[in-house]
Amino acid sequence: MKIHIPNSAFLGNINAFIKLVDFSNPEEIYITANEKWMSVHPVVLCMIASLGVKVRAESDQEKPILCEKFTATSKHYFERMRLFRFLQLNSEMDIVEHESAGRFIPITQIKDAKVLSHFIEDMIPLLHLDKQQSQSIKYIVSELVRNVLEHSASEHGAFVAAQYHAKTNTVRLGIVDTGVGIKKTISRFHIVKTDKDAIQLALTPGITGTTSKEGGTDYNAGAGLFFTKSISRINEDYFVIYSGDTLFKLLKKQKPDTGLNSDPFADRHTLEEGLPIWNGTVIGVDMTLDDNENFSALLQSIREVYTSTVRSRREKKYKKPKFI
Amino acid sequence: MKIIEIYPIAGSFAEDKDKAKNIRLELITPILEGGEDLVLDFENVESLTQSFCHALLSELIRNYGVNVLDRISFKNCSDETKSIIEIVIDYMQ
Repeated sequence: MKIHIPNSAFLGNINAFIKLVDFSNPEEIYITANEKWMSVHPVVLCMIASLGVKVRAESDQEKPILCEKFTATSKHYFERMRLFRFLQLNSEMDIVEHESAGRFIPITQIKDAKVLSHFIEDMIPLLHLDKQQSQSIKYIVSELVRNVLEHSASEHGAFVAAQYHAKTNTVRLGIVDTGVGIKKTISRFHIVKTDKDAIQLALTPGITGTTSKEGGTDYNAGAGLFFTKSISRINEDYFVIYSGDTLFKLLKKQKPDTGLNSDPFADRHTLEEGLPIWNGTVIGVDMTLDDNENFSALLQSIREVYTSTVRSRREKKYKKPKFI
Repeated sequence: MKIIEIYPIAGSFAEDKDKAKNIRLELITPILEGGEDLVLDFENVESLTQSFCHALLSELIRNYGVNVLDRISFKNCSDETKSIIEIVIDYMQ
């Protein structure tokens, strides 16, 4: 595999980064980086760390990960975010850890529900968020990491990282796994031909990978991804999901505003197929903290679409007796 | 009328659905089976996830029918908690 860390890779331009990744040899990773400046979304760091952990675990090679020495002035960010720790490489950088002032959450590997609960508790103070600001972020992290733990079948769990960006007053969040991917999960109970179909279904309310029944099981309702996409949609933030060869990106500005949609493809978005195949699922979220709708009001908006969609699907499936 | 306090089990952000399932199976179901009504007390629970609430309630509605809601009351709910409970109950009907 070859990964090049460019000077810029955020949700708006992440497609360019992904197109340049070469997944052809899963036995080794060769990492290069822009020589002068690198500024990337936490989801990019999670992608690289998760691949590093997977390759270390599965490769027979003596040195499965090679990384060119970083020379960019922003190289310390990658050390602080613990990328080299996950790659098990010596960065040859001495840095002073200053988590309390940094407003970031370094890459964290979550393999079980207990670690997730502790992570959520610790996350909010690290990002210095107030109670109102933290509601949506806690919600999203909990639902998405649980999706990974329950559906991805990845022995390495979820890789999560976040960064507060003062200039835009935004929290950037990445959640990544190297599991079976959305298509395989959804295909257990639904007919899907492509990664695009699978992503569309996964983002539709009431569709879960654990049953084909309306209403889900006692354990899964098929709501986590729809709620997350809806929170981004209402707040007009980026939401990116990449699995298999397809990347869906909810765009920031929704004009004309069509309201919340149960069909993700009815939202203003871009969709790119034929990308290098990611075995697993990558999710990136940006959350602008100012002028966000109150979380409770936001839930009320989601409630309306969620329940009406599920009800109308139930009605379509409902069979009446034929009296002749 | 029995009272089940959620906070001591699930914390201020109730998101662990294994805990929700345990509350349902070990605390709620025996009370309902015993013919008593119950109160789910959400004091100090700031919010909860849809997954938690679904694991807590959906199977009760499936097993006992929607009339089980006449036997369960929800107390000390924040606005967020109320919204999530309403979503799950709407969805199950």
